[in-house]
Amino acid sequence: MVAPRDEAEVERLVVKEPDSFGRFSPRGLGRAYGDAAQCAGGTVVDCRGLRSVLGLDRQRGTLRAGAGISFDNLLELLVPRGYFLPVTPGTRFVTLGGAIASDIHGKNHHVDGSLSAHLENLRLVAPAGTFDCGPVQHKEEFDATCGGMGLTGVVTEATLRLLPIESSWMVVDTERAADLDSCLSLLSEEASRYRYSVAWVDGLARGRRLGRSVLTRADHALAMDLPVDRRRQPLSYRAPRVVEVPFASPLSLLRPATVSAFNEMWYRKAPSKRETQLQPLATFFYPLDGVGSWNRLYGPRGFTQYQFVVPFGAERALEHALEKLSGGRVASFLAVLKSFGAAGAGHLSFPMEGWTLALDIPLGVPGLPELLDELDVLVADAGGRVYLSKDARLRPDLVPAMYPRLAEWQAVRARLDPAGVMSSDLARRLGLAGPVLPSTRA
Amino acid sequence: MLDGTGMPQSAVVIGGASDMARDVLRILAGRRLRSVVLAGRSEPALDVVGRELRALGVESVRCRTLDVTAVASLVPFVSEAVADLGEVDLVLVAAGQLGTATLEQLGPGTISSLVATNFSGPAALAMEFAKHMVRQGFGRIVLFSSVAGVRTRKSNFVYGAAKAGLDGFALGLSGALEGTGVGITVVRPGFVTTKMTAGMKPAIFPVDAETVAKAVVRSLETGREVVWVPPQLRYLFALLRLVPTPLWRRLPG
Ligand SMILES: Cc1cc2nc3c(=O)[nH]c(=O)nc-3n(C[C@H](O)[C@H](O)[C@H](O)COP(=O)(O)OP(=O)(O)OC[C@H]3O[C@@H](n4cnc5c(N)ncnc54)[C@H](O)[C@@H]3O)c2cc1C
Repeated sequence: MVAPRDEAEVERLVVKEPDSFGRFSPRGLGRAYGDAAQCAGGTVVDCRGLRSVLGLDRQRGTLRAGAGISFDNLLELLVPRGYFLPVTPGTRFVTLGGAIASDIHGKNHHVDGSLSAHLENLRLVAPAGTFDCGPVQHKEEFDATCGGMGLTGVVTEATLRLLPIESSWMVVDTERAADLDSCLSLLSEEASRYRYSVAWVDGLARGRRLGRSVLTRADHALAMDLPVDRRRQPLSYRAPRVVEVPFASPLSLLRPATVSAFNEMWYRKAPSKRETQLQPLATFFYPLDGVGSWNRLYGPRGFTQYQFVVPFGAERALEHALEKLSGGRVASFLAVLKSFGAAGAGHLSFPMEGWTLALDIPLGVPGLPELLDELDVLVADAGGRVYLSKDARLRPDLVPAMYPRLAEWQAVRARLDPAGVMSSDLARRLGLAGPVLPSTRA
Repeated sequence: MLDGTGMPQSAVVIGGASDMARDVLRILAGRRLRSVVLAGRSEPALDVVGRELRALGVESVRCRTLDVTAVASLVPFVSEAVADLGEVDLVLVAAGQLGTATLEQLGPGTISSLVATNFSGPAALAMEFAKHMVRQGFGRIVLFSSVAGVRTRKSNFVYGAAKAGLDGFALGLSGALEGTGVGITVVRPGFVTTKMTAGMKPAIFPVDAETVAKAVVRSLETGREVVWVPPQLRYLFALLRLVPTPLWRRLPG
């Protein structure tokens, strides 16, 4: 592991003496679920040191910052000044660089697209040199890097267009849907009326109740939406404290029976008619960040996620996937369903127009690897794909079908990293970057 | 590269024509396996397994003759296998020989050959592959022990003693590899109905090779270090270890 503190150090490592440490992979906060930021037998370049704020342009509403800065820090900086991140994942403990490498999507994808749509510029230090790239200049390098899983170079800084907000509160509508059909129609109805929308699906409900879910849809609250006593400081923001799960459960607490009972309670508790509520930003966007190491609930082997997208029109595949999952009695806490808008420009960017479903996958459950292999085929046949940032076990042979721009990406990558020194366990496992480079270091 | 469910894309299998190895390979071929080096004493027997694996979709299969008792050939074999595969995700050592426990037949040559086949050969191979895997930063080595080694008995005590040695070696190596990303699995099957035991009277809880293979694959998924097949043997042997010696020697089988 090396931890450069500034761009000059990154350049020294990546451009001038790449041979000194064999193959390597950049890492942010390590929130990718699988092995995207791991590099067995090689070196991890810890980018968290590149965390300076380089400029907040309040006229244009843009922010320039080091790629190692966390969304947690950015929120503390931005929210009180009346800005929000244009796209945020379900955790605020990611870095800007990691978010770019995954071309992350949020609950607003159907309206705003993925993160790359909001980037004016990024600086890429690749073995072949340093590039200032964006949607216009060095567009190919830009498109290969957004969603490029850290395999095109180290992103050292980026300029982001921000979303102006009037308050640090959300107006959240909650309602439940009795089955998949009603859930999908609620998600597609006036899809753009809410900026943020997502459905939490009971992954264990079967038969007539398949796909029963609780929808939360929201917009940023305007100052006038707030109660009078809050209007004086509408933008006050304090990151909630993190409570640790104190021990790793020796057995998984999340067994089908426990989860089933939990899901039932959770569904019953949700309002059957639409209800409106004000919620602080963090409660709406980062419900899981309140509990540190919450994955410990899954027992000693931990878990990963499975997230896929299938195009609109492939609802049957979605239903089929839910049937397989609920039939497999996979103790998945809850699955998250939402609709994506149009795909962005990133060659390996995950989002595409359609339905996306994400669920937790406890590792070590008998029969689960085979079940997921079946889902891979189902998804690929439907013209969809699996999210690489959350993957630990995808069938490698399906990657070219799921990511049809793979060859295009590989060509740009080969120019940026001719010797093939940038690698990761994910890249090796899926053969993303072509043949494997033997390790040079013992 | 091993995936998050412990499934290998590349494997070296020593004793590649054994029933248990073959059944493990069949399952892995349906998952992620793409390239294999099969090693064993009989090339034709390996070829049969190789053909089946190719038919099951494994892209690259190489068969190499290897006698695990030929000490000088072990290091070159490991280098070749590493060169063949690049990355070695999984090594499975299924070589083994029951041999004899008839006193008249047990001369120095027989004893050292049984120890080499069941213990020192597999141990040396595991060691060489472990060093390579530590450099690559990941990997898993599966070694076949046996309940015969948990408490030796007159009917197969040389075999049992050698397996006891291998079992202890493997657990020690596993401890030494902690933190390197390389894992060891010790499989302790009971009576397995295979070529090796054909014609013998089955002991308590007999299992077939396929059951053992499924348990091995399952252990790759869970990362378990010690695998008893069938699992009940773990509890049975916890008791059998306590049986007083005179009684133990009188137990049938
Ligand atoms: C609870 C939770 C919820 C999530 N929700 C969502 C969601 O809603 N939407 C979504 O899209 N994702 C989501 N994710 C996934 C997460 O947003 C991505 O995995 C993100 O990439 C993690 O960022 P990181 O800084 O932790 O990067 P890491 O995990 O450290 O690395 C991820 C990838 O980025 C690369 N990388 C990191 N830094 C750099 C850099 N400076 N330059 C170049 N490459 C770099 C790495 O090589 C690796 O390929 C979620 C993850 C968690 C744990």
